[in-house]
Amino acid sequence: MDMVRSEKLIFEYEKRDEEGNVTGMNRAVDGVDIQIAPGDFVAILGHNGSGKSTLAKHMNAILIPTGGTMWVNGRDTKDPAELWNVRQSAGMVFQNPDNQIIGTVVEEDVGFGPENLGVPTEEIWKRVEDSLKSVGMLEYRTNSPNKLSGGQKQRVAIAGVIAMEPECIVLDEPTAMLDPNGRKEVIRTIQELRRRKKVTVILITHYMEEVIDADQVYVMDSGHIVMHGTPKEIFSQVEELKKYRLDVPQVTMLAEELRKRGLKLPKGILRTQELVEALCQLN
Amino acid sequence: MSIKLEHINYIYSPGTAYEKQALKDVSLEITQGEFVGIIGHTGSGKSTLIQHFNGLMKATDGVLYYEGKNIYDSGYNMKELRNQVGLVFQYPEHQLFEVDVLSDVCFGPKNQGLPPEECEKRAKEALELVGFPEKYYKQSPFELSGGQKRRAAIAGVLAMRPKVLVLDEPTAGLDPRGRDEILDQVEYLHKNTNMTVILVSHSMEDIARYVDRIIVMNHGEKMLDDIPKRVFAHYKELEEVGLAAPQVTYIMHALKALGLDVHTDATTVEEAAEEIMRSLHD
Repeated sequence: MDMVRSEKLIFEYEKRDEEGNVTGMNRAVDGVDIQIAPGDFVAILGHNGSGKSTLAKHMNAILIPTGGTMWVNGRDTKDPAELWNVRQSAGMVFQNPDNQIIGTVVEEDVGFGPENLGVPTEEIWKRVEDSLKSVGMLEYRTNSPNKLSGGQKQRVAIAGVIAMEPECIVLDEPTAMLDPNGRKEVIRTIQELRRRKKVTVILITHYMEEVIDADQVYVMDSGHIVMHGTPKEIFSQVEELKKYRLDVPQVTMLAEELRKRGLKLPKGILRTQELVEALCQLN
Repeated sequence: MSIKLEHINYIYSPGTAYEKQALKDVSLEITQGEFVGIIGHTGSGKSTLIQHFNGLMKATDGVLYYEGKNIYDSGYNMKELRNQVGLVFQYPEHQLFEVDVLSDVCFGPKNQGLPPEECEKRAKEALELVGFPEKYYKQSPFELSGGQKRRAAIAGVLAMRPKVLVLDEPTAGLDPRGRDEILDQVEYLHKNTNMTVILVSHSMEDIARYVDRIIVMNHGEKMLDDIPKRVFAHYKELEEVGLAAPQVTYIMHALKALGLDVHTDATTVEEAAEEIMRSLHD
């Protein structure tokens, strides 16, 4: 069974003027079909306003489709009876670390989710400890969250989601507000989680480098899926991506520049190592 | 004409349990017309530093001279300083509030006491400078896309015709094209108006591509202050303080380690491509 699947998903909302009168309809997501297998790492790219966050919010039923269907772990998100199951299956991490932390102590914050799920106290503490360990933040368990760096706060937010034991984590630009170190910490944490807990990871980002290890990449534009493939397939199409206001990793760009200057390098080079090897073969 | 800091210290909440020294003995000078990048991990003192440039924060001790005058002297015209040193905060679009874009951009010049026609003239000029499309002038700022909101907010500061423009993470959260568009506009402004631009960014690639000089902050201290090539040559030290070099710099090091005879100081894709071609043709 797919972890996340959508069929002809549509999300429309009313546009209103200042007096609150409806002036028209806006279709943020328009006929999207996606299919994500359990344990996969899937990236969704797209410019600001392309509909990617709106799509992501359907994955834990923050938004309900106005047309088509979204299934999470086989459950139809439209079905009110499944709401809590859906939310337990798919946890979400957002962009701003400061908007997601509510506890005054790190471990309380992480325990908030399972507590709300009605998990017994002893089990909560076990989960808090496990999830803080898995994001490398156990030593901060009794700290106040507001003294943490951005990257640390995001890892606490991720721990809070893991403590609810979801099968799937959806991260909506989790590194957008972080410094290089914070970005590295968060990406490393996500990789660790995939390896150790086998959770499905859906990552929305504007940083192309964060996507190169993904199993599949979806590119969105004005509510549609316009490209879909492996990172290699997607990043081979530099001009196409630029058309959608996106970019390629710097390594890929450098290889492209070298190709323009006449070097016979393969398309879709994603890692420094690949470029170095390809260049060595030229000599 | 310059901003000159001499031994600036800044201590938050002195004498309380929360006391924290955010700036330690920072001395630097930025002359008119420079394009300077400031980098540093979260909490390194970047934001505290830039808020000293227009007197929003007052140093605990040390002196700041703007155009040769000590801004901490009694009777110094702080209002004029703020007109000349424009600060664009992070996520400036959160500060948009007027009914339409044009009125929002007029807000600054209006507060400078300029007549309405002049405000509008300056606002339009500023919107043009940031490449904001005229057809949206009368639209509510809240209905714009992320990139357009950001432009409108930057125009709001430019409308006050500052001599120095300080931008704190102007591209955070923007898609790659939005990021390039904003920074290309800033570069254009810098080239065509001799405006000093001070850019705070977490993107080493952006910093390498646009600025002439980089100031590295670490734990409230100025750690490095040099041209990009020389700053990024210290990539190991930068990593130790939570920063990095642009990706291409790492590629050049990897190539060199594998025996390709390249200089490792390239910091942009173009430079790297040129350097690799050169080494292959030699």
